[in-house]
Amino acid sequence: MSNNTVPSNKPVKSTDLHIGEAEPGCKKRDPILVADGVSRTFGGLKAVDVDHVEIPRGAITALIGPNGAGKTTLFNLLTGFDKPDTGSWTFEGRPLSGMPAFKVARMGQVRTFQLTKALGLLTVMDNMLLGAKGQAGENLFRAIFPFFWAKQEEANRVQALDILERFKLDTKKDDYAASLSGGQRKLLEMARALMSEPSLVMLDEPMAGVNPALTQSLLDHILNLKAEGMTVLFVEHDMHMVRHIADWVIVMAEGRVVAEGDPHEVMRNPAVIDAYLGQHHDEDLGEDPAAETERVEAIKELLD
Amino acid sequence: MIDWGAIFSNAAVELISPTTAAYALAALGLAIHFGYTGLLNFGQAGFMALGAYGFAISTLSFGFPVWGAVLVGVGASVVFALVLGIPTLRLRADYLAIVTIAAAEIVRLLFTTNTFQSITGSANGLSGYKGGFAGLNPIPEGRYGFGPFEYNEYDWWLRIVAWSIVALACLFTWQIMRSPWGRVIKGIREDEDAVRALGKNVYSYKMQSLILGGVFGTIAGMIFVLPRAVVPSNYQTSLTFFIYAILLLGGASTILGPVIGSMVFWVLLSFFSGFIARAVEAGWIPFITSIQAGQLRFILVGVAIMLIVIFRPQGIFGNKKELAFVK
Amino acid sequence: MLVIFFGLLFAALTMSTFATVSASPAHADEVGTDEYEFVLTGNVQFDQKPLDNVLITVEGAGYEASVETGADGKWKVGVPEKAAYTVTLDEETLPEGVVVAKGGSVIEAEFALTKVKSVNFFLGEGTRTTVSFFDQFINRFVNGLNFGLLLALAAIGLSLIFGTTGLSNFAHAEMITFGALMSLLFSVTLGLPIWLAIIIAVALSAGFGWSLDAVIWKPLRRKGVGLIPLMIVSIGLSLALRYLFQIFVGGGTSQLPGSGLADMQLGPIRLSMIDVASMGISIVVLLAVSYFLLRTRIGKATRAVSDNPSLASASGIDVDGVIRIVWVLGGALAGLSGILWAYFRPGVSWDMGFQILLLVFAAVTLGGLGTAFGALIGSIIVGLFVELSTLLLPSDLKYVGALVVLILVLLLRPQGILGRKERIG
Repeated sequence: MSNNTVPSNKPVKSTDLHIGEAEPGCKKRDPILVADGVSRTFGGLKAVDVDHVEIPRGAITALIGPNGAGKTTLFNLLTGFDKPDTGSWTFEGRPLSGMPAFKVARMGQVRTFQLTKALGLLTVMDNMLLGAKGQAGENLFRAIFPFFWAKQEEANRVQALDILERFKLDTKKDDYAASLSGGQRKLLEMARALMSEPSLVMLDEPMAGVNPALTQSLLDHILNLKAEGMTVLFVEHDMHMVRHIADWVIVMAEGRVVAEGDPHEVMRNPAVIDAYLGQHHDEDLGEDPAAETERVEAIKELLD
Repeated sequence: MIDWGAIFSNAAVELISPTTAAYALAALGLAIHFGYTGLLNFGQAGFMALGAYGFAISTLSFGFPVWGAVLVGVGASVVFALVLGIPTLRLRADYLAIVTIAAAEIVRLLFTTNTFQSITGSANGLSGYKGGFAGLNPIPEGRYGFGPFEYNEYDWWLRIVAWSIVALACLFTWQIMRSPWGRVIKGIREDEDAVRALGKNVYSYKMQSLILGGVFGTIAGMIFVLPRAVVPSNYQTSLTFFIYAILLLGGASTILGPVIGSMVFWVLLSFFSGFIARAVEAGWIPFITSIQAGQLRFILVGVAIMLIVIFRPQGIFGNKKELAFVK
Repeated sequence: MLVIFFGLLFAALTMSTFATVSASPAHADEVGTDEYEFVLTGNVQFDQKPLDNVLITVEGAGYEASVETGADGKWKVGVPEKAAYTVTLDEETLPEGVVVAKGGSVIEAEFALTKVKSVNFFLGEGTRTTVSFFDQFINRFVNGLNFGLLLALAAIGLSLIFGTTGLSNFAHAEMITFGALMSLLFSVTLGLPIWLAIIIAVALSAGFGWSLDAVIWKPLRRKGVGLIPLMIVSIGLSLALRYLFQIFVGGGTSQLPGSGLADMQLGPIRLSMIDVASMGISIVVLLAVSYFLLRTRIGKATRAVSDNPSLASASGIDVDGVIRIVWVLGGALAGLSGILWAYFRPGVSWDMGFQILLLVFAAVTLGGLGTAFGALIGSIIVGLFVELSTLLLPSDLKYVGALVVLILVLLLRPQGILGRKERIG
């Protein structure tokens, strides 16, 4: 991870997203996702305990916080991959709590994973096609007769190739995803998510384990998502990147939202310095310790 | 001296025997479960037993016609798949393994117990249910064929039907596995959370796969009992293990692998037991008896399973890159 | 769902007994005689009068058949191989007042030079003592406890191996059989006193566990073979070892010394000295294993590896060493369990371990995969359930109850009784 990578174009920041003071749980002008009283405990430990949080539409929101702050757990809860002890939330005004993960995804709220989940023994093209929504051929009975789905498949293929070109993966379309590099897999995962034309894209540590050369293009892609009218929520360790591309930052610590606001303002917030920076005050954020703890977290996730 | 001709012709007979077809079909079902979806079904013997008994009992006890008896067997296996799948398909992969192996044993014990003897024939099993199937035979009476492949009209009818079903099942599987449905299924094998995040109802797909592969196993169970009687001790856990051996031999995520695997398995097994039995008779292997010679082949199967998994996990026909083992 | 399914199945089967078409074999007194050239035959008579409808079961060499005697008291069973068979007479089907007098209702029959072997039971006058339900319950309960404890010995080993290596070891069945075979070899074949034979057998079982790890599992771990392929390798190994055992000992059943010991009456409980010793040994060994796991350094390291191998490795624990110890311990426990199982069944046979493998797996799953104490509790539940279910179910269905419980528990508490909650999607 490099600290001086910047997007190739100067990003256009969205401003004026909130109503009133920029404080934890503040109201947004046009929220896409609103969560209330969400909590989740693991063996007596409160991993997530969020009173109220709103994600602004059409902007890039960063979710930051020290390790163990509950960012990934909150992600899992909001996307239906984990069940909360309490709480409810709405997406585009529709209640989502208790909905299984696949239905959440169908509603246009898609996610990626911290540990990339490229489907290794499927080709890059098949990975992409899997992302498309509403495929007739995914029904067992129609699958038997190609005339039910051949046309749709062709259309999806064109769309997939288009996205792959943008992500510079088109030359690899017939390779197994397992043969891609770590960074390319991250790109593929993001590209695959776009196949479903989502309205909210949730990226769990999109930069983790990506080499600096690709970080550049990843940042551009995230900015492009916003340019195309999608809302982005992402978890990240590297503060420098957050500062460059995020329009809004939500800080979590010990399961709670401790601060919110414009990236530059938030960095000066004493609560953040206390909760986040204070924890490893003599380390530069985004340095190797983060990668180290990340590995430990990865192991924890595996063990769960 | 050893009669090589007899050994070879006995082995060649296995190539198109209905038993080979039955194992091929059961292995194809397992390929859908294990090779394509990554489901660890260790209860294929249970599905086969349901096919055999479903067919035999509905014919003998209820006088059903052939198509009715087939439907009963298929229906029973769908229910069985639901019973297995509902509690376990949401859990980790090894739970399905334990539950399926247990459920298959439950099925076998229920068919073996003396309690239901009047209907299941308990340990002796059932026979005399083939009339309906033989009645559909359009081939006139007589013996046909050449060399070792000379059979009467029933045996030919059985072979034609059995292998036609296998061919249809292969075509069907090939078709669905190259469709978007098959893509979702293979995606689940790779990482079900990723597929879930793309809006697919993983649970439903796994259930469809379990039912489909189970129905293949059930029909295989019916083919299996048409040249013989229904005997409950045939449906022990080892049957499932043999089918796994065939699947691994041919390649777990291939269409033709299970078929070729079954042929290779039975031809080699027949050749090996024929050779050993005659070698023992001829006094070539002085230190074992003919009973022990019969057990050698099981040892061979066991060792073969180990060696294939370790050294050629993709099987004979599998693509090295697409070795289909779930983590 | 399951209950409904089995309910329906039972209902269907009971209903159909009223249907007139019966599927019984043509000759009640002859089974498989057309099919096979070898024949077991016998004549059931009491006081020179033939007894009909007595149920005889023949089992062996992977074959199983049962037959009822005809009006002349005769029965015949064709068998596929010239091997050893276990012939059982179902005493329940004898008329009132008649029992098997000596030699027991189970006879081991092996073919000599001919293709026909006659097997006869010695019947005598006597009453099968009918015991009150409560006494039966107590007796079954104690038996179940005994069975559960011996299952626990095997289950803890299986669970520790699963916990530390992730392997679902199907060849555990053969580790169980191995212990029993070794004690048979040293006590009967070589004539050593049984206590010495047992000690040698357990030591050899420990060595067997060690060598399985050293020769097969450790190299495969090094090679980075996945867990599912490993499990399939263990299935192949189980199959190969099982039939290797059969080559050496044949298809028959042999008794360990002292297995015919008479029952003692302890209040309402009827137990033999062997049963008492078996329970005593199990309890002492299980306590020792608990002490090992809870109090000793190596034991704590073992549990740490079970909890989190990479963390344990990072904190300086020799993971390979711990796994080696677990295999040695697992082998010894499985071997001892096999010896006790040989007394409980009773008899030593080549597939005896495989017969209880599923119950051991059920016990481990019930308790929670990979938790040693869960395996203990799971085993006792399975043991009790198997024995107590015979109060209500026919004895040939006694394993069914335990397996149904396994499936029901997974429905209600998927992580097992003591297991940590899994994240389930």
